[in-house]
Amino acid sequence: MKTILRRLLVPIASLRLTVVCLATALVLVLAGTLAQVNINPVEAQQQYFQSWFIWWSAGGGGFKMPVFPGGHFVGAVLLFNLIAAHIHRFSWSWSKAGIQLTHLGLIVMLAGGLATDLFSVSSHMYLRQGETKNYSDDDIRTELAVTEQTSGATNRVIAIPGEVLSACGTTSHEALPFKIVVKGFYPNADLQMVGQENGPSVPAASNGAGAQIGIKALPTFSEMNKRNKTSAVVELLSNKGEKSLGTWLVSVEIDQGQDFEVDGRHWSMALRFARYYKDYSLSLISFTHETYPGTEIAKGFSSIITLADVKHNENRQVKIYMNHPLRYLGDTYYQSGYQSDNSTILQVVRNPSYQAPYISCVIVSLGLLMQFTYHLVGFARRANAAKAL
Amino acid sequence: MNRSIPYLILLVAVIWLGSLWLPKKTKTNDFDVSTFSRLPVLTGGRIKPLDTVARNSLLIMSRKQSLKLASGESMSASRWLAELWFNPLVADTYPTFYVANQEVLGMFGWPQADKRYCTFAELQPKLQKIDEEGSAAADKNAKSRSPFEVAIFDLRSSLLLYQQLKLSIHLDGTENFSKEIETYATTLTAAATKLSQSQTPPDKDQTAFLRSAAARYEQQANATNILAVAPPAGGKEADWRSTGAALMRLNSAEAIPASLAAFADLSDAFRAQDTATFSRVAKEYSGWFSIAHPEWTGKTHFEQLFNQVEPFKQGMVLYIGAFLLACSSWLVCPRGLRKTALLLLVLAFAVHSFGMFSRMYLQSRPPVTNLYSSAIVVGWGATIIAMVLEYLFRYGIGTAGAGVVGFVTLLIAHNLGSNGDTLEMQVAVLDSNLWLATHVVVITLGYSAMLLAGVLAIVYVILGLATTKLTRELAHVLTSMVYGVLCFATLFSFVGTVLGGIWADQSWGRFWGWDPKENGALLIVLWCALILHARWGGMIRQRGLMAMTICGNAITAFSWFGVNMLGIGLHTYGFMSKAFPWLMAFIILQAVLALLTRLPASRWLSFRNAERRVLTAAGFRPLA
Repeated sequence: MKTILRRLLVPIASLRLTVVCLATALVLVLAGTLAQVNINPVEAQQQYFQSWFIWWSAGGGGFKMPVFPGGHFVGAVLLFNLIAAHIHRFSWSWSKAGIQLTHLGLIVMLAGGLATDLFSVSSHMYLRQGETKNYSDDDIRTELAVTEQTSGATNRVIAIPGEVLSACGTTSHEALPFKIVVKGFYPNADLQMVGQENGPSVPAASNGAGAQIGIKALPTFSEMNKRNKTSAVVELLSNKGEKSLGTWLVSVEIDQGQDFEVDGRHWSMALRFARYYKDYSLSLISFTHETYPGTEIAKGFSSIITLADVKHNENRQVKIYMNHPLRYLGDTYYQSGYQSDNSTILQVVRNPSYQAPYISCVIVSLGLLMQFTYHLVGFARRANAAKAL
Repeated sequence: MNRSIPYLILLVAVIWLGSLWLPKKTKTNDFDVSTFSRLPVLTGGRIKPLDTVARNSLLIMSRKQSLKLASGESMSASRWLAELWFNPLVADTYPTFYVANQEVLGMFGWPQADKRYCTFAELQPKLQKIDEEGSAAADKNAKSRSPFEVAIFDLRSSLLLYQQLKLSIHLDGTENFSKEIETYATTLTAAATKLSQSQTPPDKDQTAFLRSAAARYEQQANATNILAVAPPAGGKEADWRSTGAALMRLNSAEAIPASLAAFADLSDAFRAQDTATFSRVAKEYSGWFSIAHPEWTGKTHFEQLFNQVEPFKQGMVLYIGAFLLACSSWLVCPRGLRKTALLLLVLAFAVHSFGMFSRMYLQSRPPVTNLYSSAIVVGWGATIIAMVLEYLFRYGIGTAGAGVVGFVTLLIAHNLGSNGDTLEMQVAVLDSNLWLATHVVVITLGYSAMLLAGVLAIVYVILGLATTKLTRELAHVLTSMVYGVLCFATLFSFVGTVLGGIWADQSWGRFWGWDPKENGALLIVLWCALILHARWGGMIRQRGLMAMTICGNAITAFSWFGVNMLGIGLHTYGFMSKAFPWLMAFIILQAVLALLTRLPASRWLSFRNAERRVLTAAGFRPLA
């Protein structure tokens, strides 16, 4: 049994494989960097690094073939190679301790990188001065929120994910006395008032804001700093007799919920970016944008925030600024940008493995330092001995 | 060689350096430009001496830090600035603008090939044409501009800067500025008194005068970005004003600010060729400032001295000297020349360090803040490692390597510094001394080690191929050196890259984003890992190690400069299209050198008769 394992391990643990992997990674990184001249960074990242293979399609047709291993492939092979080599060659001695430690650190880093790829969630919180929020918005995913307007303190919200809407089917929910039929779904669109010069001539919907607005589909952005204006046209059908109640235009561009009435009950509907609710809230006290005297060079952006958490009895002021994020209950808030009305944009990252690089960095540095010091001392000793001859 | 000769040579070099520190004397009947050059202004976000403003502006316009007049005489930058500010009609006749492009010269109808420096007066009739062509070039992507477009764009920028700089103190055509300010202040006071005492508005003439003056001051304030008027004692940096803005804020209750009065007097005295008054006012104002603002005086004066000494220029001379002496030591007089070379290297390092630490003091920042300073630190780090190598193996190779890397990196810095102030302010995301001190410094030292290892590998190839000096013993020593330095490069590059990731995690919320600069750093780490593993696995030997290390030079250059030239990503702080051909040439050269290692042993002069000449190369026997 042991020998079989060993036989399997040897080729996986081979140094030759390491060299091949490193060389492949090198080519991949170089190609992925140069590719960014022509395509945007997110696309390049997906094509070259967050993929198993790099695909080549002949003449833009449907035919595709893999031409080079992608980042995940090389990373995975390297990780196996590393772990196998660790098991295969592990022996405890001072001369090897540095190398062992270095590679252990690398395993932590690669595994952490994988975990980040799989589990980290990034969203944004937009706060106007004085505004309080207990949720952040997803950057891409949307949802259609349907709220019943009751006199109570809390309203029940039914959120239908954008993925469901994009299928353009009919949705029903036990709590809703109506069905929602998606007439059109626009991942990105341009909304304009009807009747403007060069504007659209036909309104997008029969009811609500859409009765004055026309819609035109646009290609989607994939740049990090641009948000798509996702929109949809929906028709509501009464559960009783499938009678059409009219069509509505919903869009992330339309801030306010659109009100309507079904069988004497009042409802409101809005398409918005998917929300991540927190157990605490943040309010913006002020946002400041400083420049160096006599120049336009940005010196700093900072948001003064009140963090309120009833559950943990927390109520304090925090300053979030460049290189100084707020970390709270697994979420990290970064100063990401601002809008012209002095409202702040905070990036919110939930990354359970964010500490992996820190730990790995310490382990690897220690390992390399040990190894090289060990060599250097031996080296100097030999050099001195040579001199003495 | 006499034992004391190396020290004598060192002494001569030290005396030469020392002479540069002495303040420039002003002739008794000349303007005291020396004091004038130390006067402070706030521009580009920091307080700097006029010397810096003058040198940086001149550097952009004429590519030099001093002016060569038609008479063949040389004029200091500060003197030129005084002329431009206070006597612009004369300054307009100085050959200030560097134009070397044939097409641009042809456009002006100047066929002579040797015409390189133009005066403003010569260019004035052509301003409209330059502006048209320059704007067209400006609309184009920097990467796709033709040499003509680059030249005309640069010329237009220089002319804009020149015209803006002219208005730093007052508008063109001002005759008696002190008198004008005085009249303005008294009229203002009279009008205010009249208004408060008798509730009657000032008369028409007064109003008209005040309005037209205010309009001119506003125009000046909008045109300039030089804040020459310091706040009174105790004021903050944000309280500095341009002369125009200070005049507009003037009110009857306050005295005229000291800086305003001083610059007005300097202006009038200069125009009147009244050297005595000019020198006296400059001294008095300098005295006032050092009492009112001791917190800013030290740095301003030091900066002027730093400009005058030009430590990096001296460093370049010393590095090349050390390199040449170290190489000569392999041919003649090994001990003496090697010693002299090492002494010069230590001196070069001292001057280099002085320059680097001066910049850190002036900026209150860690050493690397932009591409320019990274070049300075790359050379500095390589010199330290090379000195350690020289201590371990006394072959002169460490000295020669450090000489080359020191010289070349300072030369690169010199060329990168031609775009103006190299002590610029840091944009918000870089405003973190902790990370600038750790990530940036460590990664830069990684470049140092990579390039030094590369140079040592080139030494191996050249000595082996073209000379008979590469004995088996020396080849072994060089291999140890290259390997050792590579290990350091791996350590620094890896730690630096990871620290960069942690910084990115702190400021952008992601550890790694496949940004070009990040990828560049990763390429170095991967390449180092590749070399080390290939060696451990016995896949490469001596010459293979050298070939790969030389390729490492190309990868380092790509990571250091190449990714910035792509013009994409978050780290595009130093775009320079002009350097692109140089980078390509460098990379091709490295490829050729690496390929040379593949020549069979019979083509290597050193290896051909290796057996016959074991240990006879006297130049390389280590010191006993």
